[in-house]
Amino acid sequence: MDNIAGTKSSLTWAVHISVVALVLLWLFPTAGLFVSSFRTADQISASGWWKSLTTSEQNLTLRAGAPANQVQDGALYVIEGNLFDEAEAPQAKIGTWGISARELGAFQPGDTAELRNGSKVTVQENGDYRQTSEEEFSGRRGSRIFVNAELPPDFTLENYEQVLLSGNSQDSMAKAFFNTLTVTIPATIIPIVIAAFAAYALAWMDFPGRALLVAFVVALLVVPLQLALIPLLKLHLGIGIGKGYLGTWMAHTGFGLPLAIYLLRNYMVGLPRDIIENARVDGATDFQIFTKIILPLSFPALASFAIFQFLWTWNDLLVAKVFLIDASGQTTVMTNQIVELLGTRGGNWEILATAAFVSISVPLVVFFAMQKYLVRGLLAGSVK
Amino acid sequence: MHPAFAGLVTIVIGVGGCLCYFWLSNQFLDKVLFPAKGPNAGRNINRANLIRPWLFLFPALFALSLYLAYPVVETIRLSLTERVTQTDGTTVYEFVGLKNYAQMSSDPKFWEAMFNNMFWLIVVPALSTAFGLLAAQLTDRISWGNIAKSLIFMPMAISFVGAAVIWKLIYDARPPDTSQIGVVNAIYVGLTGNDPVQLLTVPFWNNFFLMIVLVWIQTGFAMVILSAALRGIPEETIEAAIVDGANPFQIFFKIKMPQIMGTIVVVWTTITLVVLKVFDIVFAMTNGQWGTQVLANYMYTQLFVSRDWGVGSASAMVIMLLVTPILIWNVRNARKEMR
Repeated sequence: MDNIAGTKSSLTWAVHISVVALVLLWLFPTAGLFVSSFRTADQISASGWWKSLTTSEQNLTLRAGAPANQVQDGALYVIEGNLFDEAEAPQAKIGTWGISARELGAFQPGDTAELRNGSKVTVQENGDYRQTSEEEFSGRRGSRIFVNAELPPDFTLENYEQVLLSGNSQDSMAKAFFNTLTVTIPATIIPIVIAAFAAYALAWMDFPGRALLVAFVVALLVVPLQLALIPLLKLHLGIGIGKGYLGTWMAHTGFGLPLAIYLLRNYMVGLPRDIIENARVDGATDFQIFTKIILPLSFPALASFAIFQFLWTWNDLLVAKVFLIDASGQTTVMTNQIVELLGTRGGNWEILATAAFVSISVPLVVFFAMQKYLVRGLLAGSVK
Repeated sequence: MHPAFAGLVTIVIGVGGCLCYFWLSNQFLDKVLFPAKGPNAGRNINRANLIRPWLFLFPALFALSLYLAYPVVETIRLSLTERVTQTDGTTVYEFVGLKNYAQMSSDPKFWEAMFNNMFWLIVVPALSTAFGLLAAQLTDRISWGNIAKSLIFMPMAISFVGAAVIWKLIYDARPPDTSQIGVVNAIYVGLTGNDPVQLLTVPFWNNFFLMIVLVWIQTGFAMVILSAALRGIPEETIEAAIVDGANPFQIFFKIKMPQIMGTIVVVWTTITLVVLKVFDIVFAMTNGQWGTQVLANYMYTQLFVSRDWGVGSASAMVIMLLVTPILIWNVRNARKEMR
């Protein structure tokens, strides 16, 4: 359609390249978090995450074996081994090496250097070394050798272990994960049931004041929930619910209802009138029409709202902070846990990135699995 | 009782209770109150049908009134009162007129929040809609457009708090002469050789850095809606333009844009609503320090840090006032449709 003769090819290329650039730009931030969650603290502070995907050059300080390991070979005393094994570091390829911190790259692999104590050391590319001396080695520790090594990409699951399994209450996301789940599921299901009945009444039942009620729902759609915080907290404290799950479920239900009713009503109004009228003629009651015909037919709209409400309650911080989290901290949710980690462990990116990724992984799975319904819901909710 | 178990019980009680309520109340209406038999069968059916809608509506109306309508009224009332500790130690809320509003308007932090919010209200909807439109148009006719769209849409699923962590890593600054792990500073130091900058503390521009986070999240939303609108444009109008010799840019700006103007307005207002309520991003990234305060976070600070419910409610009313035009516009549109 847009292809005007002659301009097609160059423009198409420009479009493809721009889209690639746009997608990369949008993915880059999340990718950074994802990659960082698989790196150790040292790796994260040593280089940007984008460098971790390729082999990286790193300066390492390693040690030859301790004098205790020496063997006598004729007139020479010899210490042999592999520098990386000695340090229990991952294997790497040595580019250059040196024997003092001031001359890091003085020698190539295979060269022989003379140390200050008179011994000679040869280091191979793979880290094998041979240190020889005419006199017996003394002291407790081996000689230091500075290598510049090419490290292959190296990733670890340690952070996830620390965040999910360690049981360290400060870092642990395990409990917060279950708390979030506990908040989310009832807060998603209950408004659907309540809203479905109301939406049916607003869509298919005739009664005075119906138009007014629809307007009421549309108006409440935009009321900022910030307004509700204090009055409802007062109410909850007043009737004895206090801070806790029950109050949070009720609050999420109340805040989710306008969108639920609005989406479901719009969908139900569009269902074919014939089916419903035929059922009425056949003697079905409204209750039967609703449960046997309307509900099954409305599945796409129900799914749309369920995803909205799930994402919203899972990602919520404000409602949880006001209605759920008390001084004991037993009922913390993941978003709150992450905010606290930002305060207490602001520099520990390995913990932060992993915690954040744990919390966004579930919405991401839901998002990619149910995207069709999400898009449908967005379109039904906005394009009017 | 373990909370997860309590959650299960709540689901069962909540859902079961709702279903029981609807079923039993309908049964009661049809079988006991106005049975559809006997001498008054016809009248009874009519009466039952008058009452039934309200049975269906009652739980929803109750929850809506209690959780959204009542708080609006109560917030207005609270914003006009002040907590006073009496001589016997009890606290009461006394009517003080507009004193809270006066106190708020003499607070420089409030005006900072107002100014920043206005800035947010211009930048975020504009950039999100522009990027969304660009992405929608570019992905419209290419074979892998749907994959590209779904990747740009993805940040929608990420919480504001998660996004705050993601972008803090991007804005991170390390001491000079060490390896920069935040990409912005890595590029900046690499290009200019200057010392790295703590981006979130740079006055005025730090607001912009926070806004980018929301733009990143909202662009996908704008793209999805606008992409559907672009698909809905009648082909004939575009064909006619091509026949008349319009170039692709003219087609986009002069043929397509005017036809989806209504949708652009809807997208713009929806994002405006999100912006007015933005709290988590500012709370997690700067908590309003370094001149980045916004209304929602100002309100939170007043309510739960300063514990001043009067001023907190007054600032909540300011947010309410700002959404009111959109509220009225929405209601008028809805009423137009009902006719």
